[in-house]
Amino acid sequence: MSIGNGDSAGRTFVFRADTEADTAGFAARLAALAEPGAVLALDGDLGAGKTRFAQAFAGGLGVPGVVNSPTFTIIKEYEGGRLPFYHMDVYRLGPDEADELGLEEYFEGDGVSLVEWASLIEPLLPEERLHIRLTTTGPTSRTVECRPLGGRYEAWCIQLGITEIAKEETAE
Amino acid sequence: MTRPYHLLAIETSCDETSVAVVRNGGEVLSNVVSSQIDTHRRFGGVVPEIASRKHVESVTVILEEAVAKAGVSLGDIDAVAVTQGPGLVGALLVGVVAAKSLSLALDVPLIGTHHIAGHIYANRLVGEIEYPALALVVSGGHTELVLLASEGRFQIIGRTRDDAVGEAYDKVARALSLPYPGGPHIDRLAQEAREEIELPRAWLEPDCYDFSFSGLKSAVLAEINRANMKGEPIRAAALARGFQESVIDVVTAKAMKAAAEYGVRQLLLCGGVAANRGLRERLSALCAEAALPLLVPPLSLCTDNAAMIAAAADLKWRRGEFGTLDLKAEPQLSLEDWSVSH
Repeated sequence: MSIGNGDSAGRTFVFRADTEADTAGFAARLAALAEPGAVLALDGDLGAGKTRFAQAFAGGLGVPGVVNSPTFTIIKEYEGGRLPFYHMDVYRLGPDEADELGLEEYFEGDGVSLVEWASLIEPLLPEERLHIRLTTTGPTSRTVECRPLGGRYEAWCIQLGITEIAKEETAE
Repeated sequence: MTRPYHLLAIETSCDETSVAVVRNGGEVLSNVVSSQIDTHRRFGGVVPEIASRKHVESVTVILEEAVAKAGVSLGDIDAVAVTQGPGLVGALLVGVVAAKSLSLALDVPLIGTHHIAGHIYANRLVGEIEYPALALVVSGGHTELVLLASEGRFQIIGRTRDDAVGEAYDKVARALSLPYPGGPHIDRLAQEAREEIELPRAWLEPDCYDFSFSGLKSAVLAEINRANMKGEPIRAAALARGFQESVIDVVTAKAMKAAAEYGVRQLLLCGGVAANRGLRERLSALCAEAALPLLVPPLSLCTDNAAMIAAAADLKWRRGEFGTLDLKAEPQLSLEDWSVSH
């Protein structure tokens, strides 16, 4: 992949979580910063904890009740928190099929969108968004890599006090 | 003797397009499901999983076929039922629009129907349901324990907090490099396995009927990683067995406990995962032991189909609870709210 295109130009911040509670706590702190129209693009391998992250994020927004996997309906909407929460899982979709779902209406809506497997529909994501990649580093430990695209998401990462890493370190 | 009545039902909530004609609420005259293979043949292209456009192309063909197979004419149809939710909004919409048009053209009532009520009432097509009953709904999108205190009254007493059972099967199958859908492959491997890798069971809080399968999925992935790191071969059959045993232990134990607590007269198994041999065998054994009658629909009525939608719609037909032409597809329709009103 070429370096220097629009998508890879952003900064990268990393949070290292030792336990599931650390990851959940981070997601909840992130939720406290969320504003209407915010879009979180979440990636990570099977079992990395994407849905768990989404649950903790929803909890941080104050969403009541059960937030479970949205794989079947692709999108689940939750009201009752500080902001509406739109939880999506686009694993089964390609960009063409995702396009038919009208995702942009959610992205531009009054709530916060969190998209699992977001890299599969990268062309459909709004220009400004927060990329989050969960990587398994041990049975309960994870690295949470945040790549903000747009000023407001950069500000979030700085407010969260997480470590910015130099570009060379992100490449493995 | 009263004249027989016919419900025509349309189901397009997910990947399958299906239309059925059911007489007197329980007699399936036709139940046409466009499998991907059929559609592939008919339209000369593979149907993408999520393409409401494909539902549009197939729904009228399937509808004509269902009416012809039933040996009735459209004039014999007394009401049109349709899956209103839950499901994919674009997919649901196709069925809803088709059903409204037909209801308007035939001047017969329209009945918006809940997809999971359909799965549960698929059992009505194979036997009489006695109340109170408990339904164990296990599919790719749902894992729920539903109490039916009386006919058409739904109360969810347990649900998954993360993945649905079928989804967990698919994810584990993917990790084991088995084809999609993964359920049948894991079921088969588990039956063939000579040994088992013991995996954790998620019981959650005492007296809780909710489910969680993400920890189990993580345990499978951890074992695969461990083997890979040590350069050992993946013991797929032993893992499949361990996974399946964990799922079945938890699901059946919770169902049996709830059945005892609520004093139900029947246990109804439904949803696509009801096809799982290991699950059916264990549940049959436990129900026999507890002298609790178990109803399980045949496979063709476990996976998504329109006959089950007619069976659920019949609850509302007999009570005269009809929808109006401004009925909307509801991707997150609540099962409890869909209960009959009297």
